[in-house]
Amino acid sequence: MRNLFAIIIVFTLCSCNTEPERLPFMQMEVVENVVDGKTVQDTTFRTIPDFKLYNQDSTVVTLKDFDNAIYVADFFFTTCPTICPIMHRNLLKVYKKYEHNNQVKFASHTIDVKYDKPSVMKAYAKKLGIRTKNWEFLWGTRDEIYALAERNYMVYTKEEAQAPGGFAHQGYLILVDKHKRIRGAYDGTVDEDVHKLMADMDILLKEK
Amino acid sequence: MRKNIILAIFLTVISAIIYACQNASEIELSTYISNGKDIYRANCQNCHGENGEGLGELAPPLTDSVFLEKNKSKLACYIKNGTDQPMTINGKTYQGKMPAFPKLQTIDIAQVTVYITNAFGNKQGMYKYEQVAKDLQECK
Ligand code: HEC
Repeated sequence: MRNLFAIIIVFTLCSCNTEPERLPFMQMEVVENVVDGKTVQDTTFRTIPDFKLYNQDSTVVTLKDFDNAIYVADFFFTTCPTICPIMHRNLLKVYKKYEHNNQVKFASHTIDVKYDKPSVMKAYAKKLGIRTKNWEFLWGTRDEIYALAERNYMVYTKEEAQAPGGFAHQGYLILVDKHKRIRGAYDGTVDEDVHKLMADMDILLKEK
Repeated sequence: MRKNIILAIFLTVISAIIYACQNASEIELSTYISNGKDIYRANCQNCHGENGEGLGELAPPLTDSVFLEKNKSKLACYIKNGTDQPMTINGKTYQGKMPAFPKLQTIDIAQVTVYITNAFGNKQGMYKYEQVAKDLQECK
């Protein structure tokens, strides 16, 4: 009887595993090419283009530094009085879960490039409790950061005097796979979304 | 006999009045706390946390009863005008920048102060609107 029970459990587990879950691609493009006079449809996935930014240690960081890792990107500023503390309180939970996994990285881009110089970001990271290298706080020129946000990570950001703290932006956490393709966007201020992000990261880590 | 009856009625009335007053102040306290909780959720929880636990060293916890009691008369000023002075909470020094909340009215400040000083393990009772108005005039 006990054996039968064990078999049933094993069986159930196996049947769950037969079809590995797969995350969707967020920016799929179907391109029509004409080859030898015939129209062929090609599916391409947009990827994050290379960038050159500086981290909290004033070290140059490029897309290469995210090779062989999945990563979570977001946009914030250190003096943000509203949603950033919630996003980073939540992202800190995600960071803690994967702190010792070198296949997981985090990239927080400041949108207040005037005030949030690398030294300011370093103090911020320390106060948040980040001791390891896998969470980068990235600084760059205004144009670079805003272009990355809007064109590549698809996060709305804008300098706006009326907004609390002087900047309007969305609190999305963007999940990027090892091939630099966006595989998910989660509202960093919503608990359920953050749980979904962690579950999706586990799925993505299993992908080749 | 008649004297006793009068005395009994008198005592009953007095105790009813006392009871009613007590009830009224308890009701006032719980109104402050429940309104204060809404104000806290909308304005403060992002930094100070759902349970007043703070956020790393970026925002201090609101669980240091001794600090809150000692600095009661300054809390309204911190909330209305923000603060960036170093302060020691639970034995740890924090220096950050808390934003000002110019939009909060005196009554809102009274209510949110009563909420934080009666939640997260604190139990400091009422802090009246009139007192907050006075404290706000003393802000530096
Ligand atoms: C943007 C983040 C932020 C928000 C929002 C915020 N605070 Fe603060 N708060 C801080 C920081 C940072 C300090 C420490 C300031 C310092 O070092 O001078 C602080 C200090 C305090 C203190 C005194 C220290 C302590 O821990 O007891 C109280 C009380 C307080 N805040 C209450 C509130 C209340 C009430 C609200 C909402 C109306 C609020 N705060 C909103 C960041 C914030």
